[in-house]
Amino acid sequence: MSLLEVLRFSLRGLSANKLRSALTMLGILIGVAAVILLVAVGNGSAKAISDRIEALGTNTITVMSTGRGGSSSTSLTTEMSDALVDPALAPDVKSVSPVVSSSSATMTYEGTDHAVATFVGTTPSWFAASSTPVGAGAMFTADDVDQGRRVVVLGQTVAEELFPGVDPIDKQVTVGGALFTIVGVLEEKSSTGFNDANDTAIAPLTAVQQVLTGYGALTSIIVEASDPDRVDAAQDQVSTILDQKLDVAATSGSTPYRIQNASSLLETQTETADTFTTLLGAVAAISLLVGGIGITNIMLVTVTERTREIGIRKALGAPRRVILTQFLIEATLLSVLGGGLGVAAALIGSHFTIVGVKPVIVPSSIGLAVGVSVAIGLFFGGLPAARAARLRPIDALRYE
Amino acid sequence: MSKPVLEVRGLKKIYGEGEATVHALRGVSLTVQRGDYAAIMGSSGSGKSTLMNILGALDIPTSGTYLLDGVDVSRLSDAQLALARNRLIGFIFQAFNLIPRTSAVANVELPLAYAGVKPKERRRRAIEALDVVGLADRAGHEPNQLSGGQQQRVAVARALVTEPALLLADEPTGNLDSKSTDDVLQVFDDLSAAGRTIVIITHEDEVGARAKRLIRLVDGSIVTDVRQSPLHLPPVGAVAAAGRHHV
Repeated sequence: MSLLEVLRFSLRGLSANKLRSALTMLGILIGVAAVILLVAVGNGSAKAISDRIEALGTNTITVMSTGRGGSSSTSLTTEMSDALVDPALAPDVKSVSPVVSSSSATMTYEGTDHAVATFVGTTPSWFAASSTPVGAGAMFTADDVDQGRRVVVLGQTVAEELFPGVDPIDKQVTVGGALFTIVGVLEEKSSTGFNDANDTAIAPLTAVQQVLTGYGALTSIIVEASDPDRVDAAQDQVSTILDQKLDVAATSGSTPYRIQNASSLLETQTETADTFTTLLGAVAAISLLVGGIGITNIMLVTVTERTREIGIRKALGAPRRVILTQFLIEATLLSVLGGGLGVAAALIGSHFTIVGVKPVIVPSSIGLAVGVSVAIGLFFGGLPAARAARLRPIDALRYE
Repeated sequence: MSKPVLEVRGLKKIYGEGEATVHALRGVSLTVQRGDYAAIMGSSGSGKSTLMNILGALDIPTSGTYLLDGVDVSRLSDAQLALARNRLIGFIFQAFNLIPRTSAVANVELPLAYAGVKPKERRRRAIEALDVVGLADRAGHEPNQLSGGQQQRVAVARALVTEPALLLADEPTGNLDSKSTDDVLQVFDDLSAAGRTIVIITHEDEVGARAKRLIRLVDGSIVTDVRQSPLHLPPVGAVAAAGRHHV
């Protein structure tokens, strides 16, 4: 009896029990799709986390004062930020952006008020360093900073609050009694935490100092490293220069400033994401196990239920090999078809956002899920068939 | 005289162990010649089904020899046994044992498929066999669309489609009403008249009366073995039926 004949037998066997075949495939489908999607969701959330960290700027260093303000000996000044731009002492520093910020500025336009959460005064290099590109219009120039021109770039939230449905470019708003001309609007930024990153306005450092904060200490200095890999080197150079400027003794453990390194933050977050992936891998393994038990169950029931049929076939003179081949082909077809449909379902499902996470398929999870499911299907489809085929026909026939 | 189709010597079958031991067969010896039509009768528990299963190579005896068409069955490998069941024996079960959700013709084709017959030839012979049992017009029906008698006739067609040396029927009419019983018995009579070797198990006297030879089994041993009509002539049932047709 040729293999083609046996294949035809298998197909007939499957089509003779359409509902059972469909249910078996559904079981495998769900098992495979669940594993792939679960891992994809885990991977997706890990990606989302690292993307957000990336958006904060991975090659930047933020220098903040730890002094309680007032004391001029420990505060950061524009002089210091200027000193950091030093190709000889700090070759890995690409740009330095002094930042002053005010959280109490109210912006008024034609009688509409809006309290801007963070009103930032800085230099043009800040936009690149903080990965905050301008969407519409333009950012202000270094010349604007030098001249102390009162121009401002709005965050999305501010623009929508004050100019609903109106193009805000070239309009004038009042801040702290002074008129600012809007030159641009920032691109929408994804918010981290509870603060609305879009509720902001950016203006030249000099203008903000003049109007809002006065010429005192800087809030922070954002230093951009030439390369993400050089962040640590840049950080060392920056602290050396600052220690010099602030007369910090080399032996003293505490400094009057604090350096925040986004790349160390990213590292931590990557580790967290890895832990997250491992956790989801464990969840996937468990769901694979549960799915596998489901497949085992349905295969065992399906084949055991047909023990009598195997007995009949043996009584009619079917060799053990032919029976085994037929049932193995049936199990293979069900497993492979079910697995394939499961992969398709998972791929389709991954296009949708699941519990707020955009799933990102991990290719190896497809191989794993399909491989394990097909192996389980074959094993537990083949095993009872082999057992039944080994029985004496009369015992198989008597099987209830 | 040619070698017998079936020859058993000192056949014993013991089930269970210790106190639960059941001697289903206590040394049965029996020879069936080509063209014979033998009925084995006995009450429930007389071991007739056990004997039948051993004769059909579905079960193996505890001891004793079984020659099927001159071949010692106990020495056959699993693959050779499958071949013997396929080529030499046509088995008819009390419970029909058709493959469910599979058409009558596909059921009849099954043993031919295992014998390696080409699909076209298979279909032709299956239809022929169905024609013999008078069910050619029901070829496409599935078992649950057929009556009990029709299902059993499909099973008979399946048993004879390979033209086996021996037709074995285990209480073929046990699950049937009298009309269907008549239909099935008529098929057996016709087959016997056509020269087929048939061994049938029954507990119905009416069935036993139509065979050429009547063997009674009590407690696993043969007690009587009576020839009711000559080996070379058609069975009484066939004659009676032929007579009925002529009147």
